[in-house]
Amino acid sequence: MTLGTFRYERPSSLDEAIRQAVEAPGARWLAGGMSLLPLMKMELAAPPALVDLAGVEDLVGVRERDDVLWVGAMTRHAELALHPLVARHASLLAAAASQVGDPQVRNRGTIGGSLAHADPAADLPAAVLALDATIQVASPRGRRGIPAGGFFLGPLMTALEPDEVIVAVTVPQRGARRQAYRKRPHPASGYAVVGIAASLRWEGDRVASAAVAVTGVADHAFRAQRTEALLTGEVLTDALLVEASGVVTDGQEVWGDLYASAEYRRHLAGVTTRQVLEHLRADG
Amino acid sequence: MPSEQLAPTRPGSPMGQSIPRREDARLLTGHGHYTADVNRPGQLYAVMVRSPHAHAHIRSIRTDAARAVAGVAAIYTGTDVAGRIAPIPTAWIPPGSDLAITDHPALADTTVRYVGDGVAMVVAESLDSAREARALIDVDYEPLGAVTSVADAMREGAPRVHEGVSQNVALHWRAGSDPSAVDHAMKTAEVVVRQAIVQQRLVPNPMEPRAAVAEFDAAAEALTLWVTSQNPHIHRLLVAGVLGLAEHRVRVIAQDVGGGFGSKIACYPDEVLVAFAARDLGRPVKWVEERREHFVATTHGRDHVDEVELAGRRDGTFTALRVRTRANLGAYLSTAGPGVPTILFGLITNGPYDIPLAATEVYGLYTHTTPVDAYRGAGRPEATFLIERLVDLFAREIGMDPVAVRSKNLVTEDRFPYTNAFGITYDSGRYHASLDRALEHLDLGAFRSEQAAAARHGRLLGLGVSTYVEMCGLGPSEVAGAVGFQGGLWEHALVRVLPTGKVMVMTGISPHGQGEETTFAQVVADRLGCALDDIEVMHGDTQLVSMGWGTYGSRSTAVGGGALSVALDRVVDKARKIAAHVLEADVEDLAFREGRFAVHGVPDRSVAFTDVALKAHLAWSLPEGVEPGLEAEASYNPSNFTYPFGTHMAVVEVDPDTGDINVQRYLAVDDCGPRINPLIVEGQVRGGIVQGIGQALWEGGAYDAQGQLLTGSLMDYALPKARWLPPIETDFTETPAPHNPLGVKGVGETGTIAATPTIVNAVMDALAPMGIHHLDMPLTPERVWRAIQDARTTAPAATGGMRS
Ligand SMILES: Cc1cc2nc3c(=O)[nH]c(=O)nc-3n(C[C@H](O)[C@H](O)[C@H](O)COP(=O)(O)OP(=O)(O)OC[C@H]3O[C@@H](n4cnc5c(N)ncnc54)[C@H](O)[C@@H]3O)c2cc1C
Repeated sequence: MTLGTFRYERPSSLDEAIRQAVEAPGARWLAGGMSLLPLMKMELAAPPALVDLAGVEDLVGVRERDDVLWVGAMTRHAELALHPLVARHASLLAAAASQVGDPQVRNRGTIGGSLAHADPAADLPAAVLALDATIQVASPRGRRGIPAGGFFLGPLMTALEPDEVIVAVTVPQRGARRQAYRKRPHPASGYAVVGIAASLRWEGDRVASAAVAVTGVADHAFRAQRTEALLTGEVLTDALLVEASGVVTDGQEVWGDLYASAEYRRHLAGVTTRQVLEHLRADG
Repeated sequence: MPSEQLAPTRPGSPMGQSIPRREDARLLTGHGHYTADVNRPGQLYAVMVRSPHAHAHIRSIRTDAARAVAGVAAIYTGTDVAGRIAPIPTAWIPPGSDLAITDHPALADTTVRYVGDGVAMVVAESLDSAREARALIDVDYEPLGAVTSVADAMREGAPRVHEGVSQNVALHWRAGSDPSAVDHAMKTAEVVVRQAIVQQRLVPNPMEPRAAVAEFDAAAEALTLWVTSQNPHIHRLLVAGVLGLAEHRVRVIAQDVGGGFGSKIACYPDEVLVAFAARDLGRPVKWVEERREHFVATTHGRDHVDEVELAGRRDGTFTALRVRTRANLGAYLSTAGPGVPTILFGLITNGPYDIPLAATEVYGLYTHTTPVDAYRGAGRPEATFLIERLVDLFAREIGMDPVAVRSKNLVTEDRFPYTNAFGITYDSGRYHASLDRALEHLDLGAFRSEQAAAARHGRLLGLGVSTYVEMCGLGPSEVAGAVGFQGGLWEHALVRVLPTGKVMVMTGISPHGQGEETTFAQVVADRLGCALDDIEVMHGDTQLVSMGWGTYGSRSTAVGGGALSVALDRVVDKARKIAAHVLEADVEDLAFREGRFAVHGVPDRSVAFTDVALKAHLAWSLPEGVEPGLEAEASYNPSNFTYPFGTHMAVVEVDPDTGDINVQRYLAVDDCGPRINPLIVEGQVRGGIVQGIGQALWEGGAYDAQGQLLTGSLMDYALPKARWLPPIETDFTETPAPHNPLGVKGVGETGTIAATPTIVNAVMDALAPMGIHHLDMPLTPERVWRAIQDARTTAPAATGGMRS
């Protein structure tokens, strides 16, 4: 396991980073390296140049700005898991980050890297979907925001253009919601066999609005629209809970592997959703 | 009595003390010296080209582009080494098994037989160059049909692994009682339980993968080979033989080795190729296995399909056992491969139970898979799993508690030495005492009430028990010969006392995580009365240690410790003669205590052992006939194997919604004889248990129909993680082995042997109310969930009752 040869750039500003990437066609951004370096070691990727984002100040930090929570792309999973602002406004993001891999991976891996990599079994994609977050990106053409709902396109495929860099993830602050993330890790890889992120806004004992996102089950993380529709405006009775959980993978092509077949995954997604909803109902 | 010998011979003796391992400071602070740490001046780097196909004909290999890469020193293919490297041999030929020995070329000649089979070796100035060149080697394969499972290997028309080996049968071996008597007992028995059992393939994963560095001195025609080995002298013998080198000019060094679990016993093509290249190129060559390479290129373990029957009476007494096994040997016969599913398995399938009639029949089969060899326990886990599952099935069949059935059939203390139906003699045992001890920790009645109460709430609790015995401390060399092992199993030790009284011990065992640098020093310190710091235990270098057979089969302390003990006796005897001379006393009048020889009844007429050591070396005045110096060696050939035993219990809860298994309690009562270092014993037991639970719940090597290993990395192959397990409760009984000087029995494998059936039995106990009696491993949540689903559809009434 050795890396091939490549150019290495370490810019100190966003502009410089973007320029360097333009100058080295085929260059890849390097964040925590937790996904990119294994790909290179396994000879599944051989970029001619890496532009290391570690020194780019513009991508660092967690702040409240206007009505959004601004999370810099270089925020490490370990920081997300512990940051008070994340805990206050986006607790399911903290919960998801705290369940990524192991301590070493959490101390290196970043939110930007995780989202850009778009592993179908990664945790953070479900989190940003359930939070209605926006992925803020920059490129030689300027800046734009990509809603999380339109970001994940397939396994390791996103709406990012090759020259675009994720600058931050913004999460709208929309009042009190109960949030949770629950994951069933694969016993070997630790990635999600099923991961359910849910954020519910309550009006009394009624669910005013519901966001439920699923990872690990299909070729990319998705919002469980039928489940959300069933919950919205309703009192969360036992019967509704069972019904809404049971349809969480409806309309999805669920995939299976040696460890968990499609049928079992679908079942687990239902069970896990039920557990999350029970928790959110009890929790308050 | 051995137990008396082990008792500390002086106050403050380290014997029986939980002394932290002396090797740990070095290993834990990065100061260990592993094979990958060896770098020689001018060294080249080797990488292997391995077959991506399970079975294919090699049409051609084009290496021109690869050779053009800067820094490439050589590329070898099967054609290049044919005739220059002899086939890699197996070292175990079980008699009467018609072993079909086939050629195992170091690099495939015209046919590849498993994914990972070596096709070529690239040697270059740097690892990068070697890898770059490897990518440019163009092998034209004609893929052929593959067979990967024993279920398919013997089928009509199954692809053949080796020309001329019909039905892929590598061996057919039987042992035990007269088959017709067993048959008759089965037919006339009150109760017979039958079960087909799959014991899945496992992939050993020591922390350190394999590695080899070879250096050849052309002038001296001498090879030095640093290699990850559990048995450097066996490697010396085999590597010398395969390369046509003189054994005395081959030095094999295995300094620190980061675990092996059996996978570093074998002589592999890789180290032979590296040594070959070093000689051919006249430069040192280094090769380090990668983890993903390790998954396909290092031997695997287990992989059985067994059909087993246990007959007995309604009162719980067993009368006959029949085991019919198909064992996967992989594509080639690995070094100990043929011995594992025969000798190390088939002779002990009755476990700790007195079963008058018992027979084992084994087909060892070639398949297009990585060769299978010893993996922690090697054969005995498989045997134990079978009998322990059968006992539970039998208990269920007759409606008796599995604990009571065990108690009824365990060999009683008065029967030792006990000879089983296969003719092997268990040395000593107190099986009922072990079971009783476990029951002191776990109140069976209380558990059964808790289980019933939980069931009323739809919760599935289960208790699993395994009473096991294993055969280790390998072993008597006459027996090794009789069972076809192409080597001895005795052990050698040399104890050298220097003029200052410091002690060097050279042992033929080759610890790689077991801690004998500490335990052996404890034995020496106890016997000679010196401090641990004054003792150095050396191993793993054929130039330093005159002979040895290595570390495996829980033999190091039982056999290597035996040799050490005898050598220490000889040192003390000689020292006593010199001391008598110094003290002008009779040898018989001297007592040796706390490092001093003293005249009986005259304590101030004494001399320190260290003074005797000095006098022995100065040799100014020695008694008549006594040679200068103070050292002794011993070769110890044990008269029997050792038979550690114990009782393990586990409590699990199964989640019927998901199939998840939660191990709530794990209790182990083991008996490995007296414990020289209880801390190290504890570590061995715990590590073994975790590995055994790994097989029960998580681990499984799986191939697809084309022979691709689906679990070929740590992203797919689940090793146990500490947080998945409860604290392990341990306790010990101590029954000495009557035949070895330290009375010790070996503890390296017991945990692995006992834990797998304990857990599976517990899960089956939890699932019993649903009518589920057996599931194959690993018990993944999906497998359990499916069984529950199936049970609910086939027996809705029963499950309905369960959950109401
Ligand atoms: C042992 C192990 C276990 C893991 N377990 C889990 C797990 O349980 N759950 C889970 O979700 N993940 C897991 N991961 C993945 C981990 O979360 C990674 O950190 C993450 O996938 C990638 O983040 P990174 O910062 O390391 O990105 P890198 O590896 O540096 O980059 C990944 C990809 O993203 C691109 N990229 C990086 N930053 C940006 C940016 N700002 N803008 C645009 N593109 C960018 C890179 O070019 C590359 O293509 C695991 C990883 C390992 C090694």
